[in-house]
Amino acid sequence: MSLVLRGLCVHHAQAAKSALDDVTLSIAQGEQIALIGPSGAGKTTLLHTLAGAIRPASGEFSAFGTSPWKLSHAGRHQLRARFFLAPQTPPLPPRQRVVTAVLAGCLPQWSFWQAISSLIRPGDADAASDALARFNLQDKLYARVDRLSGGERQRCGLARLLVSQASVLLVDEPLSALDPALSLQTLNVLQQEASNRCATLVCSLHQVELARRHFPRLIGLRDGQVVFDAVRDDVTDAMVEALYQNASGITAGADVTDLMAGARC
Amino acid sequence: MLILLWPMLVFSEFKPWILFEAQSLQASWQFLASFVPPAHSGEFLQLLMVATWQTVAIATAGLTLALLCAIPLALLATESLSISMLETGRMRLAGGLIRQAARWLLVLLRSVPELVWALLFVRIVGLGPTAGVLAIALTYGGMLGKVYAEILDSSDVHGTETLLKNGSGRLAALFYGALPEAAPELVSYTTYRWECAIRGSVVMGFVGAGGLGQRMDESLKMLAGDEVASMLIIFVLLVGAADWVSTSLRKRLG
Repeated sequence: MSLVLRGLCVHHAQAAKSALDDVTLSIAQGEQIALIGPSGAGKTTLLHTLAGAIRPASGEFSAFGTSPWKLSHAGRHQLRARFFLAPQTPPLPPRQRVVTAVLAGCLPQWSFWQAISSLIRPGDADAASDALARFNLQDKLYARVDRLSGGERQRCGLARLLVSQASVLLVDEPLSALDPALSLQTLNVLQQEASNRCATLVCSLHQVELARRHFPRLIGLRDGQVVFDAVRDDVTDAMVEALYQNASGITAGADVTDLMAGARC
Repeated sequence: MLILLWPMLVFSEFKPWILFEAQSLQASWQFLASFVPPAHSGEFLQLLMVATWQTVAIATAGLTLALLCAIPLALLATESLSISMLETGRMRLAGGLIRQAARWLLVLLRSVPELVWALLFVRIVGLGPTAGVLAIALTYGGMLGKVYAEILDSSDVHGTETLLKNGSGRLAALFYGALPEAAPELVSYTTYRWECAIRGSVVMGFVGAGGLGQRMDESLKMLAGDEVASMLIIFVLLVGAADWVSTSLRKRLG
């Protein structure tokens, strides 16, 4: 098992209740997992915890046989290069050129001088171009990030994932700004890339149907707890419906099936 | 109120009507009238150009030295590049101590006005531009460092944070995440400080730190209004030039 969580709790500073509550999971190298659940269920927190970016309040977390939080500060930071965390909003500075923004995925491997010289003359423009081409964005290579549309920006952020050398890919709602056709294409690229490099892919999604169709294993989260963790065939409509039923912030009278239809499109 | 204020005014010899007495009116008028036309003899202009050049050089050299001390201190003082802040929302003890030390050093540097530094340095290194350069370097180092750190902290840190979470080094994250976000603000503040340094070096000239200020001090003492007028025109031109530099740099960084 490459990633193991046991009884893990995470508190955000200044928050009343814990973001993750007693989460136990084990994930093998190369697995592809969809993370589903209502908004505020803790999907993002779980991804950040898996990336070693948030220190859990209690419980055990081990990655590749070591426990990141028992390592030294520097050792833990080195371990982070093996993870790639793609946040929901693309983390691209608006005034940066696309090629620089994509090649930032190589930073953990590059020396500082390589990084600086790449700002002047892109270090590996071909790799960036290839990565963008897989999302049909190769003609944007030298455009500025603020000239891209929302969907283009999102895929540009994922192109950074393609140039990184991480072996665990943690992707937070990669399809939130994409139309259905692009969603499908983007998801395919992510899954292909993960299986090509035998990387683990954990992907949080609001498109439940896509998740059920494309991912062999689904984890349902709600209120910081794992509601179900099952292979695709074992996940029933009833389980999914219960997961989203009366999710926080929705009045009891709201029609959940309407909500589900919305989630599917 | 008046009862309270009156003795104070008497005590401080506040006599505004003196301004309007015939004698002082005439003196002011004579001084002001001598402003036009501004002095423009070839010899004086040459002198003025040398002094202007010296002032700009003092400001630029001072600011360059200030940058050398401000940039490292700002990087130590900013919270946006802290990895432990991301992990737990708190800084590690060692990191926190270093950060606090950097902040205190910045406070120390900028809490002494440049004029006071200049007076001190005139005593140590003697009359001349060196005192002005060192005074600007210290005070402006403190100001630039503090504001750089605050600009970095208050700009959008999402990009920087993500790079750090993915394992990039802190300096690399600075160049790929924080600087593209904050560069225009940093540049505009730096050129504004350059403008202030030009003004500051003029003031310090009065205490003997060279440049336009020293010339102006002499002209004022000799009541040579035409020379003062030419110098004031030069000030306006210098500040205008600094403004133009700032605008064009910002436009390029867009």
